[in-house]
Amino acid sequence: METLIQQIINGLVLGSVYALVALGYTMVYGILGLINFAHGEVVMVGALVALATVKALAALGLPAAVQLPIGLAVAMIACMALGAAIERIAYRPLRNAPRLAPLITAIGVSIVIQYTVVLISGRSYHAYPELLSTRSFDLYGARISPAQIAVILISTAAMAVLLWIVHRTRLGRAMRATAENPEVARLMGVNVDRVISLTFVIGSAMAAVAGVLVSINYSVAHYQMGFVLGLKAFTAAVLGGIGNLAGAMVGGLLLGLIEALGAGYIGDLTGGVFGSNYRDVFAFLVLVLVLIFRPSGLLGERVAERA
Amino acid sequence: MTPPLLEAVGISKRFGGVQALKAVSLTIREGEIYGLIGPNGAGKTTFFNVLTGLYPRDAGEVLFAGRPLPLGNPAAVNRAGVARTFQNIRLFAHMTALENVMVGRHGRTRAGMLGAVLRTATVRAEETAIRQRAEELLHYVGIGALAGSLAKHLSYGDQRRLEIARALATDPRLLALDEPAAGMNAAETAALGGIIRNLRDDGLAVLLIEHDVKLVMELCDRVAVLDYGEKLIEDIPGAVRRHPKVIEAYLGSAA
Repeated sequence: METLIQQIINGLVLGSVYALVALGYTMVYGILGLINFAHGEVVMVGALVALATVKALAALGLPAAVQLPIGLAVAMIACMALGAAIERIAYRPLRNAPRLAPLITAIGVSIVIQYTVVLISGRSYHAYPELLSTRSFDLYGARISPAQIAVILISTAAMAVLLWIVHRTRLGRAMRATAENPEVARLMGVNVDRVISLTFVIGSAMAAVAGVLVSINYSVAHYQMGFVLGLKAFTAAVLGGIGNLAGAMVGGLLLGLIEALGAGYIGDLTGGVFGSNYRDVFAFLVLVLVLIFRPSGLLGERVAERA
Repeated sequence: MTPPLLEAVGISKRFGGVQALKAVSLTIREGEIYGLIGPNGAGKTTFFNVLTGLYPRDAGEVLFAGRPLPLGNPAAVNRAGVARTFQNIRLFAHMTALENVMVGRHGRTRAGMLGAVLRTATVRAEETAIRQRAEELLHYVGIGALAGSLAKHLSYGDQRRLEIARALATDPRLLALDEPAAGMNAAETAALGGIIRNLRDDGLAVLLIEHDVKLVMELCDRVAVLDYGEKLIEDIPGAVRRHPKVIEAYLGSAA
């Protein structure tokens, strides 16, 4: 029973991060029909920028309670600029190119960002300072750490803000109109290029939050951390129905739960042949199954429309 | 006589080997309902798409309220004051009726999209004004009660009305309707006629492209007939109806 509760907690924490990152994939896909495979790198840049900021603030002698919010804010601003730059430099010139071209460009962007980071901060794993207390709370025999609570609270808040923007503001209306029909949206006076740029900016801000949260939770950051995280978040977006915001959130949480529960029970179920180090298998097993049995995802309908 | 609002001069358009429009000239006056009819393939929709900026033209100019209309750029044509609806309805299907019309206000309002997120007092006031105007327009076309419904859940006739409301939201001086009665039943067509008359009475000019010749003859102040890309005649409905060339174009020559 403790294992179950513990793995559900772990799964929700993991899933909130997947959901944040998945939103970035799904928003860009919804508007451009493009998979931005460089999105995982934005997560990584967010984590490292926050780390550098936190270290600088610590050197100045500021308390940990100030370091985290400032580090998060700086990471978000840096990633928003990075997201806008990626769109402007790598994707906008290819707006009318065959679909394979931006996909390959995305992989190129991904590698460029990774190795730029290597040039600046090296290949080593960077230990994240303990910004939050490590004393865990007891929850029906399972343990939940302050970092885990922070992940759930901050990601929920970030998603609430995103939903508010999309459904309650002028920008959100312009985004949804552009996603449905860019030509008519332009006719109505919507600045479509700007909407697309801001979509990258917002998605990148979410990615920065995810990067900081995941690093706090695992106390480590690394130049390749965005790769697998990005792939899993992409899987979550496909699971929920790519192009659909609610789908990205549901898909993220579900994938986190599947992975945590799978990792928690695989040892018992296979008599110890497979251990929890096989956890990554679950995400990609889910991806394969979704693509076979429900390619439009749990909540998706747009894939069929677009194709 | 009311002054001309739109003057198209010598509009030509060729698709490959087909001369779709041969130097078509016509004049739409302030506050009139102007009908453009003709047999299938006569070039009505081509003319419409050139006029609203969707197709580049090969030759010709359009003056709108005394200024050249920026042909070839649909958004600029809209800003200049020519709004359109589409023959195949192109609403934002997954947005509510109200939101569809609110998007129509986009080009006529000032707030930047980032400002919209930051919520300054001016932005909030403008947002309220946009919403009010959108609600008024929905009432104007008779679907005020459906403001909260998703566009895709509206009936066909109501979707047409919504497209008109969205076009009106851009504050046009000329509203161009591409076959608005297509697929409508008799009651819906009659209601549409009422809306178009109201628009004219409120000072708007309307360009109506329509297959339903009866509707056009009832509704329009003046009518032009296109055949094989050429304008046969432009006159009041009674004269157009009796014109031998028009009868020939529609019924074929007696010989």
